Amino acid sequence: MDALWLIPTFPLLGFLVLFLSQGKLPKVVVAIVGAGSIGFAAVVAVIVGKAFVDGGAEPQSQQLWTWMRVGEFVPEIRLYLDGLALVMTGVITGVGFLIHLYATGYMWDDPEEPEGFSRFFAYMNLFVFAMLMLVLGDNLLVLFLGWEGVGLCSYLLIGFYHRDPNNGYAARKAFVVTRVGDTFMALGLFLLFRELGTTEIQASLTAANVAWPEGSTMATVIGLLFLGGAMGKSAQVPLQTWLPDAMAGPTPVSALIHAATMVTAGVYLIARMHDIYLISPEAQFWVAVTGLVTLFISSCTALVQTDIKRVLAFSTMSQIGYMIMALGVGAWSAAIFHLMTHAFFKALLFLASGSVILALHHEQDMFKMGGLWRKLPIPFVSMLVGSVALAALPLTSGFFSKDAIMLTAADNPAAGMVFWGGAAIAAFMTALYTTRMILLTFFGEAKTAAHDSSGWNMNAPLVILCGLALGGGWFGLGIVSGVLPDGGITTHDHFSPIALVTMAMPLLGILTGWFVFGSSRGGSTRLLGTEFAGNIRRFWYIGWGFDWLYDRAVVAPFVALARMNKNDFVDLAFKLTASITRGIHHVLAVVQNGRLRWYAWNMVLGLAFVVVVVMWEVLG
Amino acid sequence: MNILALIMGLLAAGVVAAFSERIHRNAPRWVSLIAFVVALIYTSSAWLGAESGTEEYARQVLPWIPRFGIQVYLVLDGLSLMLVALTAFLGIVAVVSSWSEISERHGFFQFNILWVMAGVVGVFSAFDLFLFFFFWEVMLIPMYFLIAIWGHENRAYAATKFFLFTQISGLLMLFAILSLVYFNYQATGVITFNYFELRNASLDPDVAWWLMLGFFVAFITKLPSVPVHTWLPDAHTQAPTAGSVILAGILLKTGGYGVIRFAVGLFPEASQDFATVGMLLGALSIVYGGYMAYSQSDFKRLVAYSSVAHMGFILLGVYAFNEIAMQGAVVTMIAHGFSTAALFMMAGALQQRLHSREMSKMGGLWVRAPRMGAMTLFFVVASVGMPGLGNFVGEFLALLGAFQAHVPLTIAAAIGIVVAAVYGLSLMQRAFQGVPNPDVGEFEDFGAREMTVMILMMIGLVWLGVYPQLVLDLSAPVITSLGVAGL
Repeated sequence: MDALWLIPTFPLLGFLVLFLSQGKLPKVVVAIVGAGSIGFAAVVAVIVGKAFVDGGAEPQSQQLWTWMRVGEFVPEIRLYLDGLALVMTGVITGVGFLIHLYATGYMWDDPEEPEGFSRFFAYMNLFVFAMLMLVLGDNLLVLFLGWEGVGLCSYLLIGFYHRDPNNGYAARKAFVVTRVGDTFMALGLFLLFRELGTTEIQASLTAANVAWPEGSTMATVIGLLFLGGAMGKSAQVPLQTWLPDAMAGPTPVSALIHAATMVTAGVYLIARMHDIYLISPEAQFWVAVTGLVTLFISSCTALVQTDIKRVLAFSTMSQIGYMIMALGVGAWSAAIFHLMTHAFFKALLFLASGSVILALHHEQDMFKMGGLWRKLPIPFVSMLVGSVALAALPLTSGFFSKDAIMLTAADNPAAGMVFWGGAAIAAFMTALYTTRMILLTFFGEAKTAAHDSSGWNMNAPLVILCGLALGGGWFGLGIVSGVLPDGGITTHDHFSPIALVTMAMPLLGILTGWFVFGSSRGGSTRLLGTEFAGNIRRFWYIGWGFDWLYDRAVVAPFVALARMNKNDFVDLAFKLTASITRGIHHVLAVVQNGRLRWYAWNMVLGLAFVVVVVMWEVLG
Repeated sequence: MNILALIMGLLAAGVVAAFSERIHRNAPRWVSLIAFVVALIYTSSAWLGAESGTEEYARQVLPWIPRFGIQVYLVLDGLSLMLVALTAFLGIVAVVSSWSEISERHGFFQFNILWVMAGVVGVFSAFDLFLFFFFWEVMLIPMYFLIAIWGHENRAYAATKFFLFTQISGLLMLFAILSLVYFNYQATGVITFNYFELRNASLDPDVAWWLMLGFFVAFITKLPSVPVHTWLPDAHTQAPTAGSVILAGILLKTGGYGVIRFAVGLFPEASQDFATVGMLLGALSIVYGGYMAYSQSDFKRLVAYSSVAHMGFILLGVYAFNEIAMQGAVVTMIAHGFSTAALFMMAGALQQRLHSREMSKMGGLWVRAPRMGAMTLFFVVASVGMPGLGNFVGEFLALLGAFQAHVPLTIAAAIGIVVAAVYGLSLMQRAFQGVPNPDVGEFEDFGAREMTVMILMMIGLVWLGVYPQLVLDLSAPVITSLGVAGL
C-alpha cells in the first residue's frame, strides 16, 4: 500500500524529464522514458492491486500533504484506493502502457511534426499523471485537479499538429466546451461544501446520507450539476460536439484520451458520487435519459460518416452513452464493467485504424480505402476482433457488459421499455455501422496502395488488446462489488425472451449491414438513393445539427459582439467628458486672440453690461 | 527590519542610478538590479527570521508634523510583508525585462523604476493616512514619466489618461481622509492621521458610508474595476515593458490592498452594507474584462484586459466577507503578480523582435522560438486557472467563499472560467500556433537571462499552486483582525 503514491509519480517524473530536457534527448531515450514511465506505473499498480486483493479488498488511503488550510476548508492531498479506483488505475496504466508502446512506433517518423517526438510523450505522460490523480484522489478538489489536468492535456494533444489552424480550432473547441461542463461541476462542488462543510469524497457521501432525506432537492441539484460536468468530459448530449473534432490529434491520442480513459471520467465521477444519486432518484433518472439520448443520436451519426476516426468517435460517444444510461438505471457495476471492456476494444479499434492510416500515408477517408485485408493482416484481424466486441457478439467482452446494461435497463420501473428499446435499436445500429466500416475499409477493391511498416512495438499492443477484447469479459468485476450499491453485476436469465432479442440485435445488424453495404446490387442502392434517405443522411452526417445550432446561437453572436465592442463602449463616457472639455477650451481660446482692440471692445461691452444690470436693479 | 531604510535605500539607489550613467552606459541597470536583489533578500530575511506566530515583522514610528498628528508610521504585518516581497521580486523582473529595450536616458529610466517601487513599498507599509497618501502620489509621478517618456506611439494620450484617472480618484480619497480626521477630531478633540486610532473613530453610519465610498472609488480605479478600467488598456499598451510589468504586477495590487486595508479596515460596517455592490462590480469585471480581452487583436491589450478580469476576483473575494474568499483575494494578488508580469514580459520581448504587438503579424511563432512558446503556454495555462498553479488557488477560494455569500453573483462570476479559456487559448493560437507567418524574419528565442526570470516565476506559481500555506499563514492574522468571520 505504501507504494500507492508511486503510481502517479512515475508518469509525472516522465513528464518532468521530457519537459525539462527541451527536446534535446535522443529519440530512443525519449521512447524509453515516455513508455517506460507508464510501464513502471503499471507494474506498481499490479503489485499494489495484488496486495489490495490479498488484504480483503479493504479500502485504503495514503495521506501525502495538506493542500491548504483556510478556516474550515482543509483539502488534503490524499490518495484513496478501493475496487473502483483499482479498476480505473488498471485500465489507465495497463491500456495506457500499450498505447504508449504503440505510439513509440506510430510517432517515430512523424512527417508533420518531426521535432515533436519528445513533446508528444511529455504531454502523454502528463495526461496519465492527471488521469491517475482524478481516479485516486480522495478529495473532490484533487479529483478536480485531475479533471482539469486531463482537459489541458487533451487540448494540447488535439492541437499537437499546431501548424494547421483547424487543429488549433478543434483543440480550443474541446477545451472550451468541456469547460462549460467543468463550470457546472465547480458550482456543484461549491454547493456541496456549503451544505456539508467538506469536499472529501468519502466524508461528504457519509454526511450526505445523514443530512439529506430521500428525494432531497439539494441532492438533486448537486447531482445534476455533477451530471453537467460529466456531460462535458464524457461528450454527452448536449455538450458532445467537441469529440468528433478531437480526432484531429494523433491516433494514439484518440485511443488513450478520447476513447479509453479521459472520456470515461464522467462515468467515474457519477459512479464515485453514487450516494447522491441514490438519495435523488430524480437526478439519477436524468442521468439515464442523458445516456439514452446520446447513445441513440451518436450511433445513428456513426452510420453515415466517411472518416474512419469519426466513425470511431461517434461510436465512443454512443458507448459512453450506454455507460451513463447504466448508471442512471442502477446498473452501477455493469457501467464500470463496460467502461473496462470498452477501453480494451475501443483502444484496439483506434490503434488498428491508426496502423491502417499510417500504412496509407495518413489517409482517413474510408471510401479511399478498401481491399486492405490481405495487405494489412494484423490490423485487419485486430479491427475485426474490436468490431465484434463493439457490436457485442456473444461471448466477446462487449457482450457481457452491454447485455448486463440492457437487461437491467429493461427492469427499470420508470421507463424500462424506453431505455431498453432505445438501447436495442442502438445496438442494431452499432452492428450496422461496424459492418459498414469493416466492409469499406478491408473489402472491395483497393483504392490506395498500402505500405505496412509497423514494427513489433506497434503489433504487440494490438495482439494483446485482441486478447483482452475477446476474453476481457471473463474477468468479471468482483472487486467493485464492495464499492458500488448494486453489489456486483446483476445476473440475468440469458434465455428469457427479452434477453434473446437483445442478443439477436447485433446479429441482425451485421446481416443487414452485409446486405446493404456488402453488395452494390438490388434494393439497397434504390433504398439509399431516395431523396428522403439522402436528407436523413445529411442530417445525421452533421451530427443532428448541434454544431450548426451552437455556431449560430452562441459562437456567431459572441464573436460579432466582440468585434463591435473592440474599442470598449465604457470608454465612450470618458472620451465624451474629454471632448466636451476640449470643446470649451476651443471656444475660450478664440477669445484669447492677443489683439488689443478686441480686448478693449470687450472691456467696454462688459462694463456697459454691468452698468445696465446695476441700473436695472436700482431702478427696477 | 527597518522599513524606512528600505524605502530610503530604494530612493537613494534611484539617485545613484541616475548619475551612474555618466560612468558607464550600462551602469544604471546594474544599480537597479542590485538594489532590488538586496531589497528582496532583506525582506525575505525578515520573513524567514521571524518566529512562527509572528504577526508584525517590523515597525518604525517617527514624528513628522506633530501639530497635525502626522507621523512616519510604518508597519509590516503579514499582508504588507508579502506584498513588499513581491514588489522587490517584480522589481528584478522589470529590470531584466527592459534590459536591452531602453536606448536613451537610461539613468533616468532606472531612477523612475526605483522611485515607483519605493512609493509602492511605502503604500504597503504606511499606517498613517497622510503618509499613505503621500506615497500614493510618490508612485504615481514616476509611473507617469515611464509611460510618457519611454512609451510607444501613443504615449502622451495614455500617460495623461493614466494620470487623470488616478489623480481625480486620489482627490476623492484625500477628501475622505481629511473628512475622517475632521470628524474624529470633533468627536475626540484630537487631530490624528493614525490608522489604528482612526479605526476606532465613532462615526455616524451615513458619514461612514460616504467616507468609505471616497476610498472605494480611489481603490477600484487603481485596481481597476469595471466601469473605471478604461485607463488600463491604454496605459499598458503604451508603457515600456518594465512599466507594464510594474503596473500589472504590483501597482494594481495597491488598489486591492487599499480595499482590504482601508475601505474594509476603516469602515467595516459601511463596507458590509456595500458588499453586494462590491461583489457585483467584481463579477462584472470578471466577465466583461474577459470578454473584452477576447475582443482584442493587440497582444498587450489582451493581457491588459485579462488583468481587469483577474482583479474582479479580488473584489468578489473581499466583499464576500468571509475568510475563505478573502484569502482567495490575497492569493490572487500574488499569483496574478507572477503570471501577468510574465505575460507582459513576453509581450515586450515580442514587440522588441517584431516591432508590433498585433497578433495578426504573429502566428506560428512556436516553430521559431519554442522556448518562448512553451513559456507563454505555461503562463496562459496558469492564468486560465489550471489547478496546481497559483491562480487557481486564488480564484477557486474566492469563488468558493463568494458562493457562501451570494449565489447568483457567484454563478455569474463562474462564467468567467469559461471566458478565460476562450481568450487565453485564442492568444496562444494567434501568436504561437498556426501557419508560421512568412513576414517574420530573424527571430531570436529566449536566452539564459530571460529564462532565469521566467523559471523563477514558474516555480513561484507551482509553489503557490500546490502548497499555498505560507502565504495563507501570513495573511490569516490580518484577515482575522479585520473581523471577517470564518464560515
